[in-house]
Amino acid sequence: MASIHSRATARLMLSPAVILLLVWMAAPLVMTLWYSLHDYQLLMPRGNPFLGLENYAYFLSDPGFLQSIGNTFMLVMGVLLITVVCGVGLALLLDQPMYGRGVVRVLVVAPFFVMPTVSALVWKNMFMNPVNGLFAWMAQMFGADAIDWLAQVPLLSLTLIVAWGWLPFATLILLTALQSLDTEQKEAAEMDGANAWARFLHITLPHLSRAITVVILIQTIFLLSLFAEIFVTTNGGPGTQSSNLAYLVYSHALLRFDVGSASAGGVIAVVAANILALLLMRLVGKSLEV
Amino acid sequence: MTSIALKNVSKRYGAHEVIPGLDLEIEAGELVVFVGPSGCGKSTLLRLIAGLEDVSSGQLLIDGRDATRLPPAQRGLSMVFQSYALYPHMSVRDNIAFPLKMARRSKSVIERKVNDAARVLNLQEYLDRKPRELSGGQRQRVAIGRAIVREPVAFLFDEPLSNLDAALRVNMRMEIAGLHQQLGATMIYVTHDQVEAMTLADRIVVLNAGRVEQVGTPLELYRSPATLFVAGFIGSPRMNLLGGFEARQYGAATIGIRPEHVALSSSEGRWRGKVSLAEHLGSDTFVYVDVDGLGTITVRTTGDVDVRPGDSLWVTPEETCLHRFDEHGRAIRQGPPQRH
Repeated sequence: MASIHSRATARLMLSPAVILLLVWMAAPLVMTLWYSLHDYQLLMPRGNPFLGLENYAYFLSDPGFLQSIGNTFMLVMGVLLITVVCGVGLALLLDQPMYGRGVVRVLVVAPFFVMPTVSALVWKNMFMNPVNGLFAWMAQMFGADAIDWLAQVPLLSLTLIVAWGWLPFATLILLTALQSLDTEQKEAAEMDGANAWARFLHITLPHLSRAITVVILIQTIFLLSLFAEIFVTTNGGPGTQSSNLAYLVYSHALLRFDVGSASAGGVIAVVAANILALLLMRLVGKSLEV
Repeated sequence: MTSIALKNVSKRYGAHEVIPGLDLEIEAGELVVFVGPSGCGKSTLLRLIAGLEDVSSGQLLIDGRDATRLPPAQRGLSMVFQSYALYPHMSVRDNIAFPLKMARRSKSVIERKVNDAARVLNLQEYLDRKPRELSGGQRQRVAIGRAIVREPVAFLFDEPLSNLDAALRVNMRMEIAGLHQQLGATMIYVTHDQVEAMTLADRIVVLNAGRVEQVGTPLELYRSPATLFVAGFIGSPRMNLLGGFEARQYGAATIGIRPEHVALSSSEGRWRGKVSLAEHLGSDTFVYVDVDGLGTITVRTTGDVDVRPGDSLWVTPEETCLHRFDEHGRAIRQGPPQRH
């Protein structure tokens, strides 16, 4: 059937999807590129003269830029570390036979259904609030001073909030991977004299490596563009202590109304994300080639 | 060389009793085959011996020592699983070396033993491959290699050949038999295939619903089955089993006659019937004859007879070779089978 005719037909059939993708993805990208090279400030309607790379220089020289890159990195790595480590632990626990396992599994998945803005507000007002928060109350029970989480350790607090939201995702993927592990393999290892830790290290963890890779790749994509949690809790502050790249772009675009420099920031974010993705694929992508 | 003994061993899952109390002695150096239909408890029994399942009550002795509560690794047994259970992310070398690494043996010892095992099993060329790059038979060999290097006191095989194609199965069967002779180790082999059981075993244990139906050498089981179940299970094609009037003539509830002990004739005989199917195997011919009131009688005869479906024939059982069973399915042994 692979005649010239059928191939032409196949292309024709594919074209609507390809065109739609092109329009949806390429057009915004081209527009962003165009804006990034022109002076486009909403507060100063004076035409859009060509600026060359001035917007890029302006964005890169933003005093919060380097910190936002560092924050983005720390947030992604912190959340990945917590979700993968705790996810493996939780998946192992949930894989054990126990009473009411079905209910517990549903409960574990629940945080994933809470939208980011809501979960961040709940954490901000009910847990991390230095006056009314649960953590402050617990600290006071022991006679300690309450910590103003979002002011004193904003980045750590954000990491915790986001990790809480993503933990179910990691747990779910790792749990399904765990269930596909052949029980005879575990039994063979047991017969071979491997204790529980050795079985985990030599059998379970290698089996999970592919699922862990998937978790890391998918989460990285979403965590790079983290915004809602920052917006409703710290507003990137204090100062720029908890701004990531996405938040810095937002502040250029909708706090300073400078579309040109925000677009330049957007392009920089895309390039940075691609570099990181490439690095990740090199680092962990090998385990996908099984 | 190690003997294994089960004393009144039982296994229950909740209220469900899989093995209701079973005694068995396996002598040192013996190759014992557990055979029975699926769900008869043969795999469970093997897993009880391996320690992968806990014994509900009773005692398990390995070399005279109580091993009922020992963890699997300390029993000194090796097991070959039906799925081979190779570690997919490890090379063949690492797979075979795994039990030695777990036992913290030195690098040089591991190296030597792995190479020895690879030589015995013809795996030298594949040592650096991953299991997924091997054929079924090679994977099977790796699994056996992993079992050998530990120098276990006994080997346990859980339907190791059921994932192989027919030709390879015959080959591997011979290799396992050869391995048994070479190592002289005690082996327990579980299968549902009675041909495998007959060809491999020193002694066969026939299991049915968690109970031992009969223990004996392959020929003992074939020549004098102790129960109706064993009579029907051992032997291919199956023994002809007849009830009713014909059986009562011999003072039994059921009589059995092996297909090779039935004579065919076109002119005279005991029962008259019509051939429904004739299977020409070259060396033998299996003829299925429908006899009115008795059902289908299977006859095994020489390869050169010319019978076709629809032919009308006489069949006659050889009376001295009749097996008689009482109403509980137990064999009646006293006196020669005589028609009253």
